[in-house]
Amino acid sequence: MKAHLTRRYILSASHRLHSERLSDAENRAVYGKCNNPHGHGHNYAIEVTVSGPVSTSTGMVCNLVDLDECFRHEIMERFDHQNLNTLPEFANLVPTTENLAAVVFHILKRHFHGAHLQKVKIDETQNNSFEYFEETQRP
Amino acid sequence: MIYLTRKCEFSASHYYHNPDFTLEENQRVFGKCANLNGHGHNYTLEVTVKGDVDPTTGFVVDLKRLKDLLSDEVVEAMDHRHLNKEVPEFAVKIPTTENLAIAIWERLSSKLRVAQLHRVRVYEMQDLFVDYYGEE
Repeated sequence: MKAHLTRRYILSASHRLHSERLSDAENRAVYGKCNNPHGHGHNYAIEVTVSGPVSTSTGMVCNLVDLDECFRHEIMERFDHQNLNTLPEFANLVPTTENLAAVVFHILKRHFHGAHLQKVKIDETQNNSFEYFEETQRP
Repeated sequence: MIYLTRKCEFSASHYYHNPDFTLEENQRVFGKCANLNGHGHNYTLEVTVKGDVDPTTGFVVDLKRLKDLLSDEVVEAMDHRHLNKEVPEFAVKIPTTENLAIAIWERLSSKLRVAQLHRVRVYEMQDLFVDYYGEE
């Protein structure tokens, strides 16, 4: 019996969307207000979905405490209340929420081994959300 | 193919306990959920069915029938009840959100006419939910 478990976490951070491959005028045209040199911030809601067989002895896909601890250590402690542009992951990567979703997915994939990582979904605002998963994993 | 989702809510109590574990193991694995006096949640259930649109009615499924099915099979059976003590599936299975989603799927899938069950999503809290798609 395979089930999919999703946990939602809130992370607050600032960013500025600016690509070194574009001129200043092009950056302003492409990113609009998000190119403001001083940056801006969001409360990101990150949904992490893991999947696997439901253990007959625990009734669980994985122990939630382990997932929470991994997310706290690998993501919250490094990303919460930070300027994303200053983090090594975004030294050469524009910190759009598309890229943030992929970065979070790959960090969790390296560090969380309690169940199969299925998807990372990020609500940047109530109106925008982004999902990252490996193509073969879409339910 | 159209997917249609109906939502309902129920409140229930439960605890997690595996009789094959020692008291210490139960507390280590299940933490606060192992408290044998139980605790409770406001669960939100989302049931998604799929099917073709009937050319006569324009429906994938008669929503009244789906609502009645959820009411009979889930709300009547589980709302304001103790899952371990009053819902037969959990006499032996631990009433985790995973097992709750599976139990609800099994209650609904055999009784659903016309449309096909696609997904059962159970929110235990706003920041925690489980999806079950049947045997994958």
